[in-house]
Amino acid sequence: MNLNFQFDWHAAIQSIPYLLTGVPWTLLISFGGLAIGFAIGMLFGLLSINPLRTLRWPATTYIEIFRGTPVLVQVLFIFYGLPQVLGQPIPALTAGIAAIALNSGAYISEIVRGAVISIDRGQREAGLSLGLSRSQTFWYVIWPQSLRRMIPPLGNQGIVSIKDTSLFSVIGVGELVRQGQVYIATTFTALEVYMMVAIIYLIITLSLSFALRWLERSGLVGQ
Amino acid sequence: MASTKAKTQAKDAPIVRMERVNKHFGSLHVLQDIDLVVQPGEVVVIIGASGSGKSTLIRCINGLEEFQDGRIEVDGNELLPNGRSGHALHTIRQEVGMVFQQFNLFPHRKVLENVTLAPRKVRGVSEEQARKTAERLLERVGISDQAHKYPSQLSGGQQQRVAIARALAMEPRLMLFDEPTSALDPEMIGEVLDAMRELAREGMTMIVVTHEMGFAREVADRAIYIHSGQIVEQGNPQSVFDDPQNERTRSFLARVLKH
Repeated sequence: MNLNFQFDWHAAIQSIPYLLTGVPWTLLISFGGLAIGFAIGMLFGLLSINPLRTLRWPATTYIEIFRGTPVLVQVLFIFYGLPQVLGQPIPALTAGIAAIALNSGAYISEIVRGAVISIDRGQREAGLSLGLSRSQTFWYVIWPQSLRRMIPPLGNQGIVSIKDTSLFSVIGVGELVRQGQVYIATTFTALEVYMMVAIIYLIITLSLSFALRWLERSGLVGQ
Repeated sequence: MASTKAKTQAKDAPIVRMERVNKHFGSLHVLQDIDLVVQPGEVVVIIGASGSGKSTLIRCINGLEEFQDGRIEVDGNELLPNGRSGHALHTIRQEVGMVFQQFNLFPHRKVLENVTLAPRKVRGVSEEQARKTAERLLERVGISDQAHKYPSQLSGGQQQRVAIARALAMEPRLMLFDEPTSALDPEMIGEVLDAMRELAREGMTMIVVTHEMGFAREVADRAIYIHSGQIVEQGNPQSVFDDPQNERTRSFLARVLKH
């Protein structure tokens, strides 16, 4: 152990402006990907609980594939693999957003499915017994209650996806980790810089946690 | 009221006619050759041990349960076995109200919205009109001051009365009650039974699954005892309770009335 090592606060603080240039990319990839992932999750989550088997199995297949393979492999496949088929390169940013969208979409599908089937059977029966059609019962009774139950697991998924974007340094997107690596290459202050990188991630994820907790309490979603 | 008029028009036609209805859950024969005719304005109480099929029976009437064999006719609309009823089921559900043991109010909507939802979305009633009707119904069941609360802010008895108002908002010709007081604290049972009593007095046709023998005796025109999916005995409540002809009815009543 190097007892002479001293944590260089000055170097740590000096790295911040450079590191911050990675934050917009991190946010763009994670929130862009999550927004698309949310849409995918709604669609495939609802398909996966559809009574029609022919609609269920494509959803289940998608979910299993993207949940069962690492997001790093997915982004490498998109960035290096797909261009061989397409005959043209895919920008790293696009590849990153696509990987987060497809990956989080699979998990969000499961979140949607879980929330919907967790609603008490009596709610459906009450809706039907009042003469509401099956789709009215779903959209007026089941869905609003499901939305509320989705918030905590969606927050979780958001945090996971934000952290997943750190892997995309390997395809050269100038996100937070990549900027850290670039900075360290000239200053050799790995401990200080990665510490700062970690703190910036923490600030982003904590903000999301607090925002969602507020949303849950505010009653803006469901009741 | 519109429902009263409709009732006089079809005076002789029964509201419910079940003929040799059979239902199976796997190997379990839950309803066996059920024959039941309910006339407009009649209050029928169904009693029986838990698992006897009494809830299943009334849930067949509005299609919440499918049956495998026989026929059910509700106000001239025929339900077919194995869920093949199609549009008739939709019509029936608009004319048959149901009150559940667990209330099943919509927790994400205020009391008033619970009552206005179906008239607005199913009948296309204007928001204004639906609100007026809802306020009148809530007043009738004694909870007009709770209209702008959420169901979770109400007591069990209040919630069940909202559930009654919600069902009445569709102006049903028949009301089904599935053990409406079984989930309530004892001190709240009375207020729900009062609301039901009032409804019966106004001429509503009702089928009530219940363990409230006092209510049955006082309000019902007919009591039905069901055992292992079969109607074992029926008649006016006094004779069924005081002088049961069937041995199984006797032993059930002895167990229920003892305490």
